[in-house]
Amino acid sequence: MGEVLAVVIDGIVYSSWLFIIAVGLTLIYGVMKILNMAHGSLYALGAYAAASLGGRWLAGGHAPFGIYAILIAAALAVGVIAGPLIEKGLLQFMYGREEIVLVLATYALFLILEDAIKLVWGVDPYFVTEPYSLLGSVEIGGLSYPVYNGVLLLFSIFVGVLLAWALGWTRQGKMLLAVIHDREISAALGLNVRRVYLVTFTLGTTLAAIGGALTSPTIAVAPGIGVQVIVLAFAVVVIGGLGSFAGAALGSLIVGMVRSGAVHYLPEVELFSIYLAMAVVLIVRPKGLFGGPEPRRI
Amino acid sequence: MSVSNGRGRNMRRFVLSGSVLAGAAAAGIALAAAAQTKVESKPVKIGLVTFLSGAAAGPFGVPARNSAELLADAINAGKLPAPYAKPGLGGAPISLVLIDEAGNTTKQVSEYRDLVQRQNVDLVIGYVSSGDCLGIAPVAEELKKLTILFDCGTPRIFEDATYKYVFRTSAHAAMDNVGAALYVLDNKPDLKKVAGINQNYAWGQDSWNDFEASIKTLKPQVQVATSQMPTLGAGQYGAEISALLSASPDVVHSSLWGGDLEALVLQASPRGLFKKSTVVLTAGETAMFKLANQIPDGTIIGARGPHGVFAPDNELNRWFRRAFEERYAVPASYPTYHMAQAILGLKAAYEKAQAASGKAPTPEQVIAALEGLSFETPSGTVKMALGKGHQAVQGTAYGTFKLQNGKATLTNIRRYAPETVNPPEGVKTADWIKASLKRPGS
Repeated sequence: MGEVLAVVIDGIVYSSWLFIIAVGLTLIYGVMKILNMAHGSLYALGAYAAASLGGRWLAGGHAPFGIYAILIAAALAVGVIAGPLIEKGLLQFMYGREEIVLVLATYALFLILEDAIKLVWGVDPYFVTEPYSLLGSVEIGGLSYPVYNGVLLLFSIFVGVLLAWALGWTRQGKMLLAVIHDREISAALGLNVRRVYLVTFTLGTTLAAIGGALTSPTIAVAPGIGVQVIVLAFAVVVIGGLGSFAGAALGSLIVGMVRSGAVHYLPEVELFSIYLAMAVVLIVRPKGLFGGPEPRRI
Repeated sequence: MSVSNGRGRNMRRFVLSGSVLAGAAAAGIALAAAAQTKVESKPVKIGLVTFLSGAAAGPFGVPARNSAELLADAINAGKLPAPYAKPGLGGAPISLVLIDEAGNTTKQVSEYRDLVQRQNVDLVIGYVSSGDCLGIAPVAEELKKLTILFDCGTPRIFEDATYKYVFRTSAHAAMDNVGAALYVLDNKPDLKKVAGINQNYAWGQDSWNDFEASIKTLKPQVQVATSQMPTLGAGQYGAEISALLSASPDVVHSSLWGGDLEALVLQASPRGLFKKSTVVLTAGETAMFKLANQIPDGTIIGARGPHGVFAPDNELNRWFRRAFEERYAVPASYPTYHMAQAILGLKAAYEKAQAASGKAPTPEQVIAALEGLSFETPSGTVKMALGKGHQAVQGTAYGTFKLQNGKATLTNIRRYAPETVNPPEGVKTADWIKASLKRPGS
């Protein structure tokens, strides 16, 4: 019984981490039909910015609990600066081309950003562990868990609810949903599709950066942290259905639970378990769990 | 047509031919002299392949490159202590061509071919990744280019094949995990349960398999509680740590390195894993100083050999540590020592071959000199005693971490002689561990 509890807790914690990272990716794909390969680099940028700013904040002797605001502020700065820069500087010249061209462009961007990060921050790791250790741990079912993971869980639920509200109940959000559904008709109806693209991309970038910033206290911020994240985010988004926001949530939950179960009961297959889940889902529903039917266009 | 004319003509002929001869001789001597100085000062071009980007750059590639540059400069200036005081490789200056090892093995093979065939290097030193080593070795044989593997751990290179052109100047990873098992049993003779967390690729799998087999041979009653195998680069170990905590092993073995190791320490330490179990970090020395405040006392740390803080107090080591810290502001970790062994081994072989032949040696002569060579390094004596003289053998050491006055130190250091932690010639590591592994003194 204790083992099952541990599996569930670990699964939920991991799912919440995955959700924050994957939701930005699925949003960008849903609206712009771009598979953003640079998503992992933006995650890494968020982590580095948080580590640098956080380190400066603490070195300056400011209140340690302010660091949480600093992490978010760093991520917002990265998102708000990098998002429009990339969208206006690179992507806007590629709209209307085949999807593969856009994928290649974002992949090239990923490579460039990885090297740019190395140029700015070097190859040595950065640490900003105070946010993680400040909150202490709590014991559940005989095992101790850091309270920080609970904070992450709450934050991801908050982001989920906020996005759901924004997409379903605000005018901007409904415009976004309209563009997701059909870009041409939305443009014909007078929506400024280009502006929607800019807003979406910035939002997706910010979410990736927030993922990185919130993860940074638990890891060594070093080159390469963005690479594994892209793979996981893709798996989640494919399971949930590209472009589906609820799909990202469900996909994260599935991947988190499957992986947690594998780690506890059959660690040898952990490496493969996520892809097994993905394969099973795709066999049953080739477009992912919430990938809607696509009307045939003539 | 007087007698004087005839004599004059002969005289002129004599003078003419004499001066031509003298001129030719002078030219010949000048050319020979020029050729001689050209041979003496023609630089030895070394292709240096190691990680300059990506996750392995910080802990391994960049320190190794720094070590190579430090040694190349010092050797060219003749600043090394004995027996390496002669400038250059027997007078020939070293020139390095740097290549990034990042990218998959296929890419590395084409980079290697480019180094050898287009850039015409005299030899190649490199390779941290076991996958790259296994891929490059046959290509080196095919292209007949002296290649010194300096860091990769897989025992398989010289156990699965024989090479003439490939050498490895550091002991392989069997030593790390056998040494870990010996140290663990020395410190915890009534060990009951072990567990592991290792990266799921060749390095992690081989490390765990060798450790598990060693423990099982030395103390068959020990149980394996769980073997966690997260993806290389996973970085999030919440579930693995929960599984390890639930299993309550006495000892947790880990060959994690770089960002993964640091993430594990950061995530596991607050949850009490290091207090509940003794954690063995076989490659822990690279993270020891950066994470000094996070690694709990009692953690067992290895440096893949007698390197870094385990290095003996000889003149070479004193010079090396001081020069490295002066130039790069950080202590010299074990990858720097692995690189030092490659370069110093090359220098020793080169000068031995040169002494035998009286002039700049051919690559074949250097290879013959390097086979079976025994040479001095900051880590002590290295003997090329396995793989028919191509694979180095050293002893190893392990210690227990203790934070003293805010500085990372290792206590309870135990050293293990080379024969106790390396298989003998001609025997595969796995077979040796299963059949003949013994605790020293038993």
